[in-house]
Amino acid sequence: MIDVLYFAWVRERIGLPKEQIETNATTVAELVDELRQREERYALAFSDLRALRVAVDQELTEFDAPLAGAREVAFFPPMTGG
Amino acid sequence: MTVRVQSDEFDAGAELNAFTAEVAGAGAIVSFTGVVRDVDGGLTAMEIEHYPAMTESAIAKIVKEAQSRWNLADALVIHRYGRLETGAQIMMVATASRHRVDAFQAAEFLMDYLKSRAPFWKKELTKDGESWVEARDEDEDALGRW
Repeated sequence: MIDVLYFAWVRERIGLPKEQIETNATTVAELVDELRQREERYALAFSDLRALRVAVDQELTEFDAPLAGAREVAFFPPMTGG
Repeated sequence: MTVRVQSDEFDAGAELNAFTAEVAGAGAIVSFTGVVRDVDGGLTAMEIEHYPAMTESAIAKIVKEAQSRWNLADALVIHRYGRLETGAQIMMVATASRHRVDAFQAAEFLMDYLKSRAPFWKKELTKDGESWVEARDEDEDALGRW
């Protein structure tokens, strides 16, 4: 099981901030493919990966990052702090 | 290094005075304060979301990077989240160094990186509705200068 978190408009499109997912995905990209196939709202949220960022266990990373041993994956749009 | 992520208001003047009083051996203090500005007269408030488990460590990493690049005596970052009204202070950065160039450059570096590498997202609430602030290419390009 892995915790998957969504922030900002990704959270709004998917309709929840967090869920636990049972997955065999070995990379973030594989997890995204699994999510896309679930429902339209996921397909919509993940339609353009260039508009998204990902963090694995609270570290920013790339979509080809491995998921082995990961406990938490977060998806969000580019940050706009400051 | 002090990093604070909070919903509460802060007094930028008092924070700067405390930072200045506590730092030792600095000849230069630079500070920046970000404020919620009105957008064409229509903004009512800004909603700032963040990723609590990641925010402070992400900011600390950015501050450590600044400390490795410039000779800093100390650095302070305060960033707020939640609903902020027009005119409210969103965040502040202060840097202290022996010489002003390090303090200025480190403060600018911190601001550039906080904008696009710290996990905060802004939503503008206006009289016509609400919309997420989109990241600008210029913000990403600004990282290239470091």
